[in-house]
Amino acid sequence: MPNAHDALFRSLADPTRRALFERLCREGEQTVGDLTSQSGVSQPAVSKHLGVLRRAGLVRDRHEGRQTHYSAQLGALTPLIDWTSQMNGFWQTRFDHLEDLLKRMDQ
Amino acid sequence: MSDPATETRSVVIEREMPFPPEKIWRALTQPHLIEEWLMKNDFKPQVDHRFRLSADWGGVDCRVMAVEPNKTLAYTWEAMGLESVVTWTLTPASTGTHLRMEQVGFRPDQERAYQGAQFGWQRFLGNLDEVLARLD
Repeated sequence: MPNAHDALFRSLADPTRRALFERLCREGEQTVGDLTSQSGVSQPAVSKHLGVLRRAGLVRDRHEGRQTHYSAQLGALTPLIDWTSQMNGFWQTRFDHLEDLLKRMDQ
Repeated sequence: MSDPATETRSVVIEREMPFPPEKIWRALTQPHLIEEWLMKNDFKPQVDHRFRLSADWGGVDCRVMAVEPNKTLAYTWEAMGLESVVTWTLTPASTGTHLRMEQVGFRPDQERAYQGAQFGWQRFLGNLDEVLARLD
């Protein structure tokens, strides 16, 4: 797995962050306050998680008055969209398993 | 601009196997053997037979497209929004068999799927766990 994907995967590995990101995907732009009210964690914690998502390119912030609005950046998922690299890894492993099986099989 | 409807992508894996084609054919077409290297399944080597490959993370819906014993096997492969065709080709070689797998997918379907329309974020993100397990 290329290192460039690591930040993306790691930022989505945390269930709370994933829930925040999914909510932004589902419901569109939200303020930190909106997100906090349904997240079950404190506002500073939500802000911290949003910072991680922002650094991974998964969300964008927009300042308006005293409020900061966050929105999901689906384009950041582009590296994951390339199914060919995923399937390549999948099939290489399956070929290994197939070869192992052939060694064990009777003629 | 190219016509997006005809735009495809493919994955090709080729390997020399030190075994005769007949033996590899058995591993590719007998359900209890397929299960050992690929996934649980209800495969039958009959054109138009629909079968499902199933795993912990979900499954793949397939339909047999071509069966030419010891030479060619092709089936559709639909999973997580990806519509594709997997074709196996067995060619006798001096050391055994040259085994080739080509998976061809249709880009527009794949893209539409990943945009979430048919796919659902939950399902998508659920698969991340598996990817993560391989990261370190």
